[in-house]
Amino acid sequence: MPSAKYLIIGSSHAGLCALDAIRLQDTEGSVTLITRDESLPYSPTILPYVVSGDADPEKIFLRDQKAMDHLNVTFLKGETVTTVDTKAHSVRLSSGESLSYEKLLLATGATPVLPPVTGLEDEPHHVLRTLDDAMKLRTALENKHTALVVGAGLIGMHAAENLAKIGVDVTIVEALPHVLPDYFDEDGASLIQQAFSDKGIKMHLGCTMKQVARSNGAQLVTLNSGETISSDLVLVATGVRPSIDYLSEADIEVDQGILVDDRMRTSADGVWAAGDVVQAPGFFDSEKRLNGTLPDASEQGRIAGMDMVGDSALKPYKGGIGMNTYKFFGHRAFSIGLIKEANTGSDGREEDRVSAPDLEEDRVFSPASQRYQKLVFQDDRLVGALSINTDLDPGVMFEVIRRRIDLKDMKAQFVDHPQETGRILMTKVWR
Amino acid sequence: MGKGYPTIAFYPEKCNGCNDCVEACAQIKTETSEPVHSRISVAKDPDDEFYGLSLCRQCGDPRCVMDCPARALTKNEDTGVVHWDETKCVNCQICTLACPYAGITYNRITDQVMKCDLCNGDPACVKACAPMALEYKIGAEIYNTWGDLEDLFVPGVGACLGCNSELIMRHTLRRIGPNTVVATPPGCIPGVGSVGVNGITSTKTPVFHPLLTNTASMLAGVKRYYNRIGRDVTMLALAGDGGAADVGFQSLSGAAERGEQMIFVCVDNEGYMNTGVQRSSTTPYGAWTTTTPVGEALQGKTRDAKPLPLLMVLHSCEYVATAALPFMEDFYMKLDKAIEASKRGMAFIHIFSPCPTGWRFDPSQLIEVARKGVETNMVPLWEYENDLGRINITHVVNEPLPVVTYLKSIGKYRHLSDEQLVYIQRKTDERFELLKKFTKESKLEGLSDAA
Repeated sequence: MPSAKYLIIGSSHAGLCALDAIRLQDTEGSVTLITRDESLPYSPTILPYVVSGDADPEKIFLRDQKAMDHLNVTFLKGETVTTVDTKAHSVRLSSGESLSYEKLLLATGATPVLPPVTGLEDEPHHVLRTLDDAMKLRTALENKHTALVVGAGLIGMHAAENLAKIGVDVTIVEALPHVLPDYFDEDGASLIQQAFSDKGIKMHLGCTMKQVARSNGAQLVTLNSGETISSDLVLVATGVRPSIDYLSEADIEVDQGILVDDRMRTSADGVWAAGDVVQAPGFFDSEKRLNGTLPDASEQGRIAGMDMVGDSALKPYKGGIGMNTYKFFGHRAFSIGLIKEANTGSDGREEDRVSAPDLEEDRVFSPASQRYQKLVFQDDRLVGALSINTDLDPGVMFEVIRRRIDLKDMKAQFVDHPQETGRILMTKVWR
Repeated sequence: MGKGYPTIAFYPEKCNGCNDCVEACAQIKTETSEPVHSRISVAKDPDDEFYGLSLCRQCGDPRCVMDCPARALTKNEDTGVVHWDETKCVNCQICTLACPYAGITYNRITDQVMKCDLCNGDPACVKACAPMALEYKIGAEIYNTWGDLEDLFVPGVGACLGCNSELIMRHTLRRIGPNTVVATPPGCIPGVGSVGVNGITSTKTPVFHPLLTNTASMLAGVKRYYNRIGRDVTMLALAGDGGAADVGFQSLSGAAERGEQMIFVCVDNEGYMNTGVQRSSTTPYGAWTTTTPVGEALQGKTRDAKPLPLLMVLHSCEYVATAALPFMEDFYMKLDKAIEASKRGMAFIHIFSPCPTGWRFDPSQLIEVARKGVETNMVPLWEYENDLGRINITHVVNEPLPVVTYLKSIGKYRHLSDEQLVYIQRKTDERFELLKKFTKESKLEGLSDAA
């Protein structure tokens, strides 16, 4: 049976960051990297831009074969793992071949979840998680005039915007009352929704899809409100779940995702996991949860790689923080940390998840200028930052949160001048 | 081996917040002076003493590169610049979330990210900075030049935590190379393992263990033998201050006077550290040692240190230099010259070597203590080249710190009275003035003739 000292399953950010961390310390130990795709490694985040044509599908790859050769990595494309035997330290591949490992990293990412909708499985529909998905959607768009995007998460919203930009008439359906519910509160979402409707994108919020059928070449989608929408194409972007089906027989603890500790170790000896596939400790409490963001995948992958290779510089994972940047129609937004937990909407109405009464927030909301800034504090520490069209540096805000910097006397100044004060704090940390 | 790259160094104590760098950056990048286009910014709190700098660090392991989904950011292995490829960028902004230093930022006018590209090696901000708070430098140039040379000491020598001598041994021998015979008289260097245990040495060159008194004579003899059989081999002594300035001085002085060909390195930790911290002739005035105790009768050493390097200049050595390891480029430059000079005669390098164990300071502060020694002018860095006949100060300290900033960082000076501090400051100034007299463009008349 062929063997590898380090076996990495999955070649997106988590897998590649682990690979780099391993090669920094061990330039000779054998590494095998496996991907389910037929292509070189890429990021799922790039896919909406591939669909829109903003990114050239030939130029999106995170590493080329030369880089793989340079790192002395055996790179297997188009292979999936079907079972993992943690006792024998081996995996079985879809090709039927088995591979033994000394150290295994599972970075198998996530898979789109389809909502339970009558007719959906039988009707042609698109998802967007792989390059293959993106190319199919791109081809399908030719000569299509209307598209229905189900789900207003980041993938759905990026896809909707990019489809609109190439002239497709887009409708969005979202089950929750506002768009991007994972990242923005009601006020933030209202600015985004305004920008979308200004561009002619129709949104059905608080609605679910009930049924899909076909009529005269178009797809007829019936919503729970009873309304019917006719569309040339349906893109389902209602979320993803960790890809863990291959672990059903394996002796590795899973919940929604693979459970890992603060060094990305799973319950099985010699097995690590990182990226969208894991359920890792949170930053604000130790409960393990799915996070599924690109920066978290990089961070987890790096930690896993360092632990696999025994790098003494390893600092344990500080816990996942929900965060993302979001660019839409020339506007720029980001969201980091606890931004909804203490929210009271602009009209004083309590919003959904009110779970932390000790949080205090500072808001500047100006719908007329399409600007919104919200800083959330717990005692004198920043725990959340949300911005639409303000000059804040997201990386600086993230680091102020991540380092749990006690702002003390600087808090008032931070509230008044968050960009400058944040930068000053970071230069001090650096010095 | 890796590679050291150029970078923009920032000296907060020199920055006056004039923002000329911001304007220069905006100018060169967009031909406007709008600060919004600048890749560099400085800021400070009202109650802070110094400004802080926000600028791309061109990180060695950049988070922005790791997190870019479009491979629009890459670390250029030749220049070290974290390069942003506009044609690949999809404007997702994730890089701005990755950088804690605001080194890659969003420009709302261009609706794109922007970052420093070091202006192709000629940064406009540096040229615009009148107070010289910004400097474009290759911080690790010696690493690029010498990093691939072999370390000729084995790992795992038995030095104390934070030992300066270990660094000296490794760097000196790395540069001088394997075609060398090393002599290490009794002292810390054989103590930490240069002559090894049980007949196995820890150098990868021939090494021997002379007496404290005869190091230079023995090396002279070995060199003369090699010369006679026609082999060009470098002689290197790694001796302590005892083996150079005290009992070792007779043979050193004789060899220098005869012009014997060798590199004699004095590792000056200002006392007999491996035998229990006794005073030597290079122990400075006021320093505590076990033989210059602090009590009712004595307050540390009562006499001044012997200025050994100046004495060696007066021996008409081919080359004499002082060195300190915080100034590594300076040290390597001197090793280069010493190697050449040792082909003609004696090259003597006197290395200031603070000792955490014997001097009583935290091992993590070694380099800082050594730096303060230089920046107070207690240990000026200079060289003497016999063929040029003059002393040249190689690291000019523009505004020397008061000696007390150095003395207060070291336990062996903790007891010093105000009078003693005044004395040390005065003596330091005097000695530096004397040194400067040797340096004035003028040649040291007579010295060359005497050789």
